[in-house]
Amino acid sequence: MISSESRARFEQEVAKYPADQRQSAVMACLAIAQQEIGYVSAEAEAEIAEFLGMAPMAVHEVTTFYNMYNQRPVGKYKLNVCTNLPCQLRDGARALRHLEKKLGISMGESTDDGMFTLQQCECLGACADSPVLLVNDRTMCSFMTEEKLDQLVDGLRATEGNA
Amino acid sequence: MNPQQVLGQFRATGLETCFHGRHIGAQILDGLDGSNWRLKDYEARGGYQALRRILGVDGSEGLTPDQVIAAVKESALRGRGGAGFPTGLKWSFMPRQFPGQKYLVCNSDEGEPGTCKDRDILQFNPHIVIEGMIIAAYAMGITVGYNYIHGEIFQTYDRFEDALREARAAGLLGDRILGSSLNFQLHAAHGFGAYICGEETALLESLEGKKGQPRFKPPFPASFGLYGKPTTVNNTETFAAVPWIIRNGAQAYLQCGKPNNGGTKIYSVSGDVERPGNYEIPMGTPFSVLLELAGGVRTGRQLKAVIPGGSSAPVLPASIMMDCTMDYDSIAKAGSMLGSGAVIVMDDSRCMVKSLQRLSYFYMHESCGQCTPCREGTGWLSRVVDRIENGQGRQADMDLLDNVAENIQGRTICALGDAAAMPVRAMIKHFRPEFEYHVANKTCMVPAYV
Amino acid sequence: MIEIELDGTKVEVAEGSMVMHAAEKVGTFIPHFCYHKKLSIAANCRMCLVDVEKAPKPMPACATPVTQGMVVRTRSDKAIKAQKSVMEFLLINHPLDCPICDQGGECQLQDLSVGYGGTTSRYREEKRVVFHKDVGPLISMEEMSRCIHCTRCVRFGQEVAGAMELGMSNRGEHAEIETFVGRSVDSELSGNMIDLCPVGALTSKPFRYSARTWELSRRKSVSPHDSTGANLVVQVKNHRVMRVVPLENEAVNECWIADRDRFSYEALNSNDRLTSPMLKQGGEWKSVDWATALEYVANGLRQVKANHGSRAIGLLASPHSTVEELYLAGVLMKGLGSANIDYRLRNAEFPREAGVRHLGTSVASLSDLQRVFVVGSNLRKDHPLFAQRIRQAARKGCVVNALLDRPMDWALPVTNSLTADSSVWVQALADVAAAIAQKKGVASPAQGDVSDSALAIANSMLVGERKAVLLGNAAAHHARASSMLALANWIGEQTGASVGYLTEAANTVGAQIVGARPGPDGLNASQMLSGSLKAAVLLNCEPGLDTVSLPNARSGLRAAEMIVSLSPFKANMDLADVMLPIAPFTETSGTFVNAEGRVQSFHAVVKSLGESRPAWKVLRVLCDLLGVGGAGFESTRDVLASVPGLQIDEVGAKVRDGLLDNRTQANVDLTPAEGAPVVAAIYQLDGLVRRAPSLQMTADGRLGFAAQEVAA
Repeated sequence: MISSESRARFEQEVAKYPADQRQSAVMACLAIAQQEIGYVSAEAEAEIAEFLGMAPMAVHEVTTFYNMYNQRPVGKYKLNVCTNLPCQLRDGARALRHLEKKLGISMGESTDDGMFTLQQCECLGACADSPVLLVNDRTMCSFMTEEKLDQLVDGLRATEGNA
Repeated sequence: MNPQQVLGQFRATGLETCFHGRHIGAQILDGLDGSNWRLKDYEARGGYQALRRILGVDGSEGLTPDQVIAAVKESALRGRGGAGFPTGLKWSFMPRQFPGQKYLVCNSDEGEPGTCKDRDILQFNPHIVIEGMIIAAYAMGITVGYNYIHGEIFQTYDRFEDALREARAAGLLGDRILGSSLNFQLHAAHGFGAYICGEETALLESLEGKKGQPRFKPPFPASFGLYGKPTTVNNTETFAAVPWIIRNGAQAYLQCGKPNNGGTKIYSVSGDVERPGNYEIPMGTPFSVLLELAGGVRTGRQLKAVIPGGSSAPVLPASIMMDCTMDYDSIAKAGSMLGSGAVIVMDDSRCMVKSLQRLSYFYMHESCGQCTPCREGTGWLSRVVDRIENGQGRQADMDLLDNVAENIQGRTICALGDAAAMPVRAMIKHFRPEFEYHVANKTCMVPAYV
Repeated sequence: MIEIELDGTKVEVAEGSMVMHAAEKVGTFIPHFCYHKKLSIAANCRMCLVDVEKAPKPMPACATPVTQGMVVRTRSDKAIKAQKSVMEFLLINHPLDCPICDQGGECQLQDLSVGYGGTTSRYREEKRVVFHKDVGPLISMEEMSRCIHCTRCVRFGQEVAGAMELGMSNRGEHAEIETFVGRSVDSELSGNMIDLCPVGALTSKPFRYSARTWELSRRKSVSPHDSTGANLVVQVKNHRVMRVVPLENEAVNECWIADRDRFSYEALNSNDRLTSPMLKQGGEWKSVDWATALEYVANGLRQVKANHGSRAIGLLASPHSTVEELYLAGVLMKGLGSANIDYRLRNAEFPREAGVRHLGTSVASLSDLQRVFVVGSNLRKDHPLFAQRIRQAARKGCVVNALLDRPMDWALPVTNSLTADSSVWVQALADVAAAIAQKKGVASPAQGDVSDSALAIANSMLVGERKAVLLGNAAAHHARASSMLALANWIGEQTGASVGYLTEAANTVGAQIVGARPGPDGLNASQMLSGSLKAAVLLNCEPGLDTVSLPNARSGLRAAEMIVSLSPFKANMDLADVMLPIAPFTETSGTFVNAEGRVQSFHAVVKSLGESRPAWKVLRVLCDLLGVGGAGFESTRDVLASVPGLQIDEVGAKVRDGLLDNRTQANVDLTPAEGAPVVAAIYQLDGLVRRAPSLQMTADGRLGFAAQEVAA
């Protein structure tokens, strides 16, 4: 059920590693699967396990160890706000609370319309840019003052009409 | 607008953190403006000249691998990822005559809280890392390398992949580099949310497609590394420092800094400063100068405490920190460590208990769970600090914290245990009154936080 | 060799050894959890931290290589402080379950906490909780909060069982051991994880809550199932077998047993046990006393002999019977003038040759093979412990070749596979032989096609030093078994490999030594099952389940006037007219000879249930009643001493080489065989296993049962 486009990307990842070490590509494959499906389902894990020649449990260990993998479906936009110490010192927690209020949910929850999932996260490696948040694992948004947070949420909501 | 355009509005440009013109003697971040990361731009500012000189393709006689390693040794370049291990010495551990495959790995899993320097290097000057790695590969006789990049900076991973494609197309990577007999393939890999993968053996495990659980040492990566083969792992900034050393000479690099601490270092300054960002300055620069570059403590506030090397480094009170110079030896003497060079500044409005609470939570969250003291101990520490912060502390808690932290230190497979323990002990050592106040009065000694 | 000083004593160990090995050598116990001599080193429990001079931190003994002149102190202040702190950390999240935990009394955490734990805890925070898991009928994971994350179970699956079924998900204190998406643990060796788990996280489901370890007496025995001859410790409470665990024997089963050996004991206490002799009168089964039953049998036999001759009397014996039982069965039949006795219940070919077929090499040597050619076997399921040894050999570089009729997952890498329908296995072997002949420039023993697969196997077997050709149960039961053996022998000679049979049952080799085969004009098992008998004695076998072709077997026997079933169970109720309750292996003394010719004797571990009696005694009494001499033995030891060919000093050791013989004079018959060889599924092998409910509920158990139903 993983698309052939994704599988083609799997092959590119596998090609980086020695022929008898296909397992090395598991993190990239899981990230690609997550990009396609929105989360890492058990079926996706089993498919990837077979593709790479690993035990399914070994794939599951990887999925559950690295916290960017979603083990359950999430909203269309997963927002990860860093609240580690350097970001705390520069309004990281305030940004999180602002989003909680704006979206009407608590940290860890998703909006009813399935648009947003809000989570706190650990250091993103962008400490001088704080407040920082990561959208859907791949897009970092920096210097997120409360206005910019509003701009972000409102902007994404607005694109829904055009989707 | 489409979603990509919406999100694009908030993308960091590097202007604030990197192209602010406030570096001193910059070597790695010199002359960058965000748009000049490409191969042609890099070469325009002298990029790949070092490589050409080593390979002798620029008409010079070239350098032998031994000569390269000797130069790096003489430069006193030390690992910029946190451990500060002499790089030349590490390179000399690699077995020269090894019949099988050897590997070179760049540790770009920048996750130490406070650190954001490697991101800027890879985002705005990726080729300097590539060049450094090719030089390292030449010196150690390695033909395959991987750059493991922190999963959370995925855009930077994509940027590095672009740079790799450019390098390959230009004959700088692959077989017979620049027409020489050097073969070196370099690939990018990414993490996906685990601080522990910044630990070199955990990174190797992750590269092998497993959980990032550190390996016990010995054996060391130089004898048993990636896929069980001899491997050298270095930080992004370490590799980035190499081309300058080759172009300008080891002595010059050493002179930039001070004895045993050669060259420049990029410091990520965050927290209660006016201008947080990355600042590349010579080793041995006084902390006060760095603080000034970062705009000083926030207006109207006083410096209270500084964590000089990323959250795993013990905190230093302002008075001690102000006497330090920014280099490995000075900070070690002061009772902390330079670590990754992430300087977290805290002013007098900050509660140390609350700061420790967030740090302790971080270590509990990031513990890989393999070994007993860290898996159980980080949870214990976090819960006790939590209680103290929430007004449920007990008299015995401070000594308990210190003892539990002492029990973790030195007894774990990797340094995360130590990294969790040292901040606790340092906070209690330097700011015990705040903890006692919390216990006695069930509230904070300093004004409300955030 | 490297010399170090450990707690003041000098000890020498091989280079590359760890401090832990040095400590073992001098008998010093260093506390540990995650270390296990048969598994890779994890060094994650940190309990074995010791004080190494000149090292700034305490070092884990299990992962610290010895260096010349190293000084180690395992009990210095530094070491003890480290060990105590680790123990404290282990206990902070560990539930105080001792009163209700099965592991109590045999728990490493309990034992070590006595020495290294505090009397009270200073942990005042919440304890983490882990959800229970259901992984099948054998291993109970009801209280996973007890888990101390040593990962022995994970490493066992990866390294010994060859299948990673358990893993540790998540991170930090949320790390938990589980299977993939609620799957069951299906490995045929999974029960060993119960032994490995140092705490009460993985426990035995069938045994749960049934006894405390200190209530159990422990007695040695030998497994009656496959030909490994796994050594057992049978644990008994109130004359009831409660549990079976391994008895360590490095040369035979190391420290493991298969699930079959471990959980078959449930059958011993089942309602299906026959507790008194029974006679079928007027279509109904009635309990009678021994005298009556034996009279009936003796009379019946005399009658049939008188009316139809001795040739109409036959005995079908299970190769899971003991040496003593089979010997006396032979004495009985001979005394009646009948040559009809056979243990080869699933065979299709019955050559006259008398060589005692055996493994051809030692069991222990399987772990060090460099090349192996497995022919006609479901290695993993038929011989779990042999497969485990070959798996370890493969991890050390052994190349495994196989001739199979279908792809099989042996949880080990099979490099070269020749897949051919069983009907043409002789030809397939001939192809391999032809390939070898071609490579060596010698004449091939039979016409063969040097196909790519055959050549690959040939090339593989022609290199290396320690090699074996192993014929499995399907090859042994094959209609052209002798032809296959002849070709295998040729291949072995040409490649320098040992040749042998894995052998099906605990006493297949013993049955041959004792001569439980038809005499020159005797009927073989197939003939006996096809209707030639008027009186049949079934020694511990159920025709149809333990024998060939389901439909034939039972109808063939119906021609008999009297069928005597000697079994621990109410078996053959539709066939037999008299059932005599005999003791299963736990209730009789006896001897098995394993695949390599190791003679292992055992005593009864519990009293016989009800009226059941050891079969050897029943046979002795029958001989008495029928006036057959040569059966007057007082003990199994006496019986054993009388078995011709077996020398008494071989008991406990291996029989002399001259007694075992894999040679054959058979010609190679290349014509395709009819019908597939009959092989029992793993949990259908013998009457005990078939009646062990937990085994029947496993994935393999359910598969085997379904296959059986289809055949019927």
